[in-house]
Amino acid sequence: MGKPLELKTIALGGNPNSGKTTLFNALTGSRQHVGNYPGVTVEKKEGYTSLDGTELHIVDLPGTYSLTAYSQDEVVARNFLTESKPQAVINIVDASNLERNLYLTVQLLELGIPVCIALNMVDAAKKRGITIDAEKLSSLMRVPVVATIARTGKGKNEVIKEVIKLAEETKGVYKFNISYGEDLDLVLKDMEKIIIENSFLTDLYPPRWVGIKYLENDSQVIAKGDQCEQSISQKLLSIVERVSKHLESTLNTYPEALIADYRYGYIASILKQNVIQRQYDINRLELSDKIDRIVTNRFVGPLLMMAIIYGLYQFTFSYSEIPVGWFEAFFGWLSDFMSGRLPDGLLRSLIVSGIIDGVGGVLGFVPLIMFMFFGISVLEDSGYLARVAYMLDKVFSIFGLHGNSVMAFIVSGGIAGGCAVPGVMATRTLKSRREKLATLLTVPFMNCGAKLPIMALLVGTFFGENKAMMMFMITLIAWGGALLTAKLLRMTIIRGPATPFVMELPPYRLPTLKGLFIHTWERTWQYIKKAGTVILGISILLWAMMTFPGLPESEKVRFENMRQFEEKSALPSHLQELKSAEDGTTSVLSPTAKLLKQRLAKIDGQEAEQALGHSVAGSIGIFLEPISRHAGFDWRTNIALVGGFAAKEVVVSTLGTAYSLGEVDPENTDSLGETLKKSAGWSPLVALSLIIFTIFYAPCFVTVVAIARESGSWKWSAFSVLFNTMLAFSLATLVYQIGSFTGFLAG
Amino acid sequence: MAIINLREMKVNQTGKITSVRVAGELGRRIRDMGLITGTEITVQGRAPLYDPVALRVRGFTLSLRNSEADHIDVEVI
Repeated sequence: MGKPLELKTIALGGNPNSGKTTLFNALTGSRQHVGNYPGVTVEKKEGYTSLDGTELHIVDLPGTYSLTAYSQDEVVARNFLTESKPQAVINIVDASNLERNLYLTVQLLELGIPVCIALNMVDAAKKRGITIDAEKLSSLMRVPVVATIARTGKGKNEVIKEVIKLAEETKGVYKFNISYGEDLDLVLKDMEKIIIENSFLTDLYPPRWVGIKYLENDSQVIAKGDQCEQSISQKLLSIVERVSKHLESTLNTYPEALIADYRYGYIASILKQNVIQRQYDINRLELSDKIDRIVTNRFVGPLLMMAIIYGLYQFTFSYSEIPVGWFEAFFGWLSDFMSGRLPDGLLRSLIVSGIIDGVGGVLGFVPLIMFMFFGISVLEDSGYLARVAYMLDKVFSIFGLHGNSVMAFIVSGGIAGGCAVPGVMATRTLKSRREKLATLLTVPFMNCGAKLPIMALLVGTFFGENKAMMMFMITLIAWGGALLTAKLLRMTIIRGPATPFVMELPPYRLPTLKGLFIHTWERTWQYIKKAGTVILGISILLWAMMTFPGLPESEKVRFENMRQFEEKSALPSHLQELKSAEDGTTSVLSPTAKLLKQRLAKIDGQEAEQALGHSVAGSIGIFLEPISRHAGFDWRTNIALVGGFAAKEVVVSTLGTAYSLGEVDPENTDSLGETLKKSAGWSPLVALSLIIFTIFYAPCFVTVVAIARESGSWKWSAFSVLFNTMLAFSLATLVYQIGSFTGFLAG
Repeated sequence: MAIINLREMKVNQTGKITSVRVAGELGRRIRDMGLITGTEITVQGRAPLYDPVALRVRGFTLSLRNSEADHIDVEVI
């Protein structure tokens, strides 16, 4: 029997691009778990590792440069440190970029938590001619410093050893103060006194830290202070006001600026004491900068970017075709297998059309999501994604979006044929909340692969001569509509200033395969686990809507009688022929048997049409006809559009059923096209109106679920369903009414 | 030795920051990345549409929009 395991909670914090995720993977290996911080969409990664009887629970904080109240990431990191009180923090620091990285270290130390510095990528620093005296840094800052190379795992055991020692020696408490100059130090002393005397927020934060946050005008801490004891909070604020005025008049600066000056001053004073040796000038152009000269060049840059974005698109949708094909084949086989085993009826319909199609629908997206995340991770980890944002910011910021929004738009179908589900998930790379929301609410307008069969049917049938031109126009309308809607949203319900762009262009790095695979897998798994169950549930619900209450018994009997009549009046040899055709023993039918088959199929089609009309979806379609008339849609189109909420390609097959053609293969719609052309309610104008409606109306429910996951709220999902449908209907009505009035495209 | 706005700096020009006149989130982001009075910066490049600008500061590359650079004055060398 060894001694019982002792569990310590350790946070892992650091700047973005410092190798934090790589170190986290090296420390915890496969013993990790991804979830979300409560109430927000920020990813929370936790893992375990142990050494000599001590078990460490490591929590990966979001990568941040600072600990302000301005971004969700920083608030989450700060709240975790103050509320969950980890025994120590491993602060990963990029050795080539010591000055800026230590800025966060100072803030971590001021929170009163013991810090162990993992001085990472010492090998890369050495290549750049930078050597750092870890021992000296450690003694000057009075914190343990361990040199690491997270990529190879070098130094990870030493980090664990040091952090355990640190946690045991300090018991999770640490005192660290730096001077903020005479003016502020005096004020801080006064504030500290008031804070301690009144036990003001002292259960949560170190007293001096609260003072600093008041000086920095930190909205979160001030709000908490107001809640705790308004009079004390007011007292502190009046002190801040006084010193602000004083600083303004004497030094022409504000407290928060002075605080930043002194923090960087403190860091500079430490580094000056021979902690850092440079062989070359600090701003010498590295290989990465030389690459940038080409990659972000005025002429080459945009061309290369188009090629890379197109490559990502091809990678996501072409290479995933093979596994998507396997899934489809498997679920097709399963459907056939179950259909053959179960008697005809509701149970079979539920299992085949509800459950198997539902599960198939959930899993059918998995290869797409995996390929998309893999591709984007490569761009992200290599540093290229930051360059895309850099090059496209000018264009996208006009519409209130972010340069990186382009990825989500392209994946969703900005190049026709994408998919909004991975598209919405691609907004995860966007850190600024307003820009992210505007992006994920507008990407469903793109022409995803499932909308293409509808477009192909309508364009092919009604605009046969200008096919290519029309398809191009549809793409343009989708882009224009999405960008303008984004602008509209950013001026109304997601109003607010553009999130500052101030962003590091990290040096180019070769991504590690291990990191890419872990990243891809955990995001995909999250989709299956969290979204999967909801999607399956809704898919069964939609099946029920298209099925129940169904035909009244008398109608069923009528159709059965019609079938029996056909069969009775036919010759037994012909019936035998049909039977063997079903078994697959004969493939060629005699002309009379063929006619018989067609007549029977016609009856089936009519029954299916009637049944659809008797379903909940059918009732909705008929109920909405007086309204949808304004856009030119009859009840049949309405039902098809309701069905499109399950998946857009369902519009085509449902339209087929509604026109009693039976199940229509979305890949082969010639007969449906002919029927529509001959139908009274259809004209090129109606087709155009329906094309517009299809581009803009409610996203399919899998996308809706994805929107809820990424925005962190079902409210935004509901918004996207309602807003998009209303927008689509307004636009379609406008087109139809103007067209009817002027006689344009009346056909 | 003239003091000009960061927006007016040319590619490859180097200078020392003389003032950062902005508070709130933007001011905080700018200072957190190490752009404070006295810091030496070099303009490394501009995006294809001339905005944002890429700076070399404290040994790393930082980009910010022209509208954000407007708050920063620089003494060019």
